[in-house]
Amino acid sequence: MKIPCPYCGERDWSEFRYGGDASKQRPAHGTGDLDTWHDHVFLFENPKGPHTEYWQHVLGCRQWFKLKRNTATNQISGKA
Amino acid sequence: MMAGFKRMDSGGRIDRTKNLSFTYNGKPRSGFAGDTIASALLASDDLIIGRSFKYHRPRGFMSAGLEEPNGLFTLGTGAKTTPNMIGTTTLLEAGMAVRSQNAWPSPKVDVMAVNGMLAPMFSAGFYYKTFMGPFKKSWMFYEPIIRRAAGLGAATIDQGEARYDTRNSFCDVLVIGAGPAGLAAAITAAASGVRVFLVELENAVGGSLLSSRHLELEAWRKTQADAAAGFANLRLLLNSTVQGIYDGNQAVVSLGANRLEIIRAQTIIYATGAFERPLVFDNNDRPGVMLAGALRSYLNRYGIAPKRRAVIVANNDSAYQAAFDLSEADVAVTIAEHRAVPPVDLLAKAARLGVAIFAGSGVADVLGGKQLHAVRLAGRHAVTIECDALGMSGGWNPSVHLTSHGGIKPRYENTIASFVPGGFAAGQFGCGAVMGCFGLNTCVHDGNAAAVAALTFIGAKLPKQMVAPPIARDDTVFGIAPVWQAAAGKSKGFVDFQNDVTLKDLQQAHQEGYESVEHLKRYTTLGMGTDQGKTSNINAIGIMAGLRGVDMAEAGTTTFRPPFSPLTIGAIAGRSVGKHFRPTRRSPLHAWHERNGATFIEAGLWQRAWYYGWAGQTADAAYIKEMELVRRGVGIADVSTLGKIDVQGPDAAEFLNRIYVNGFAKLPIGKARYGVMLNDDGLVLDDGTTSRISETQYYMTTTTAQAGEVMSWLEYLLQCHWTELDVHVASLTDEWGGMAVSGPGSREALQLAFSDVDVSNEALAYMGVKDVSFGGTTVRLMRLSFSGELAYEIHCPANFAQSLWEHIIKSAEPLGIKPYGLEALASLRIEKGHVAGLELDHRNTLDDLGLGKMAAKEKPFVGKELRWRENHMTPERWSLVGLELMEPDKKLRGGSILFAATDEIKGHGRGYITSVTWSVELQKFIALGLFDGGLKHQGEEIIAAFPLKNEQVRLKIVSPHFIDKQGERLHA
Repeated sequence: MKIPCPYCGERDWSEFRYGGDASKQRPAHGTGDLDTWHDHVFLFENPKGPHTEYWQHVLGCRQWFKLKRNTATNQISGKA
Repeated sequence: MMAGFKRMDSGGRIDRTKNLSFTYNGKPRSGFAGDTIASALLASDDLIIGRSFKYHRPRGFMSAGLEEPNGLFTLGTGAKTTPNMIGTTTLLEAGMAVRSQNAWPSPKVDVMAVNGMLAPMFSAGFYYKTFMGPFKKSWMFYEPIIRRAAGLGAATIDQGEARYDTRNSFCDVLVIGAGPAGLAAAITAAASGVRVFLVELENAVGGSLLSSRHLELEAWRKTQADAAAGFANLRLLLNSTVQGIYDGNQAVVSLGANRLEIIRAQTIIYATGAFERPLVFDNNDRPGVMLAGALRSYLNRYGIAPKRRAVIVANNDSAYQAAFDLSEADVAVTIAEHRAVPPVDLLAKAARLGVAIFAGSGVADVLGGKQLHAVRLAGRHAVTIECDALGMSGGWNPSVHLTSHGGIKPRYENTIASFVPGGFAAGQFGCGAVMGCFGLNTCVHDGNAAAVAALTFIGAKLPKQMVAPPIARDDTVFGIAPVWQAAAGKSKGFVDFQNDVTLKDLQQAHQEGYESVEHLKRYTTLGMGTDQGKTSNINAIGIMAGLRGVDMAEAGTTTFRPPFSPLTIGAIAGRSVGKHFRPTRRSPLHAWHERNGATFIEAGLWQRAWYYGWAGQTADAAYIKEMELVRRGVGIADVSTLGKIDVQGPDAAEFLNRIYVNGFAKLPIGKARYGVMLNDDGLVLDDGTTSRISETQYYMTTTTAQAGEVMSWLEYLLQCHWTELDVHVASLTDEWGGMAVSGPGSREALQLAFSDVDVSNEALAYMGVKDVSFGGTTVRLMRLSFSGELAYEIHCPANFAQSLWEHIIKSAEPLGIKPYGLEALASLRIEKGHVAGLELDHRNTLDDLGLGKMAAKEKPFVGKELRWRENHMTPERWSLVGLELMEPDKKLRGGSILFAATDEIKGHGRGYITSVTWSVELQKFIALGLFDGGLKHQGEEIIAAFPLKNEQVRLKIVSPHFIDKQGERLHA
């Protein structure tokens, strides 16, 4: 699988680290009660198909970015 | 007269002027350049080349290709041993030492053949039923014996001289298979100018044409080979096998035994061809029985023919070509044809060549003990024919292995009575026999079309010309009448030759209720050998469909997984062996430690100085002396492995205030503070000290273990979420080195080393930080203590670290300064009660570690809300305690399970010991641990059990701060 880094271009997936679901909005710092944070941290969809997720080019430029990936086929449909 | 083969005086692709001597089971043999091991052995009349897996029946070569189930050999001796090499594809080399497998003492006299007489014992599921059934313990006893008896070759454990490597490459169009279809696809694609790779497992291009004896076809093959060689943008990889296809059109290719290439392609064209299918009849495994196409290959490619007479048994058109070729080479041929009415044109040609055809007949049995000498037919013509070889053809199975690797199931295609790819991932295409096109003309056109589709997919321009086929006639139709079993069932008819699975086994499995093909495979081990069922899977599905009374599509298909054919573990590992398995990290002071008697220990990727020779010859002896040095004098330790992060920007203070549970905004310039950070889930992520260098600059340290994790986390927050903060973080872990100078004499040592810097208690108080100039660089003096003594950490750019370290040791020599290692470093902090990586296991809350009071009440910080989850508040949480050994004559061990005094010593207990050391101050074993309820039980006596050594000792729960509870030494 090749992943398009916004700065370095297409690189092998092994240069990246996965950072989880990026479709949810993190509560702003200092806001949100226990339930809000509980839902944000622990409740995820587990879709078979299109998924928006965070990746970091950890063995490259270290940029974090959002990516659209199909979890069933590993097809990447570009930056989110 | 026994069956057998002879080498012809002419013909074939071998060079009769180049003799190659080799040994076979220690005996001298010879072959010609261009021979495979198989053709050389056949020409030497070595017809029996091994014994079968379960029954130890004599076996000969069944094929002339990669699908070979029987002809596996061990090559080389000693450290150069390679097992399970396929004799039909491995080219003969001068001096080769070839040994047969699974036969002892030799293939012709095999002591394990007694298994054949015990055959009823070895039916489907035998191992599991007998040895894993009611008396499970018996499996433990029998397993090694069974495994030894049943082995398929043994790998060497010697390192050897072999070098393995992996490389990466990229292309626009990857064509797998250089038969007529693949050649056409590659040439057409290359003509457009894109980068094309053509991968072929044979040593020449041409595929099925390599086994042809027609001059015009050979001329076409050479023309196309030259054309392919003429493209600078077409790379041909011969003797290369695609072993697996992975997501993103990534192909893993083995190039010989020692190299692996990972190809990332824009598009893949599968031109992987087809494997001929055996027929299932009694004793179809007798040496001398082969695939019809294999007889043709040995004849036309290697100049080897059956001595006098061959019988061909078939249900399809393709087998006639073998009969006709053999007849042209003056071998007497008879055809047994399952179909009652064979095609007219084939009948006419057979008549012309004098080939007898027994239509409506199949093989009932093969006669001959160790090898074939006659064939008994059944059906319309129940005759017995003496012969030297029997060629069988049940049709052709497209090689759908690679196309299935991505999880796409094959689909049954009636017109060829076999499975074709059930679809393709994006950017993948197929052509030729793998798609069910068996005609030469059709294959070439199909290859051209696949190239056009691939070029269109990547948006390349299309070439003006396509590859023209060698013959221009319609050959799309393939005549076949499927035959899944012809066995009378009296003797053994083999379905899987390598794993010795017979028709009876499948019938038994069916009776016992195994209907799914996947269950059938696991129960009978069908298709689970090194040949991955290349010759057996489809027959098994056909037989199961018949037994269940369903059609092929309903009976199902099987899953194929990498690797496509056996490959060496060495090739997979490549260079990632020994110390190259993962990177080694060394401190900038590593060389000094080496020169000065350090013994090293691995800590993650790091090599750390564990203890030094001056203190003792074992870790147990040395660390105690090194601890005493720090408690009573002054020592110096390498702490370069700590994570070091430079935090800069106008919002740096706000940023640190958010990630640490305690406040950092008001930290004065020139001061350090101990900080703890949580994950979003409210559990402790890491701890460390952070110093304020200026209004907008902080210097953070993390634990060694979490350095990478913390860095990535800070970047995540800044780049993805807190984009309003103007802060940059940069890792200095590798760029800077660090050393700890610790002990009551440390201030004096520092004064000696930095004579013009005021390091008095007033000028550099506890937690004070001072950047000083030294030897042309900046040196950061920080009054921090991990050991609990008066101590300093001194950090500087890595390339100055060694000269600074040597300078301090030289300056403080009058004080008796000496280095201390990781073991003492970790033991000193246990006495002090500082938590470290062993306690910080990502499952503790602040309160579990006794750090709850650190958390700010007013300001928000990461993890603040979830810190109060219900589960985090229960009183039964495993929390930090100090432990003292109550039995002075015994030893305390890390990892011991903790129990209350009244508990039964069983199960997971109420906690465990995280860190243990001998205390030089208390003169007893002490430990840190996590215990149910923590310090609420202070003063209680509990039990530590170490089941591995059957030890139990009594402990007392105490405060984790074993020394200097008031911190007087730190502030001295």
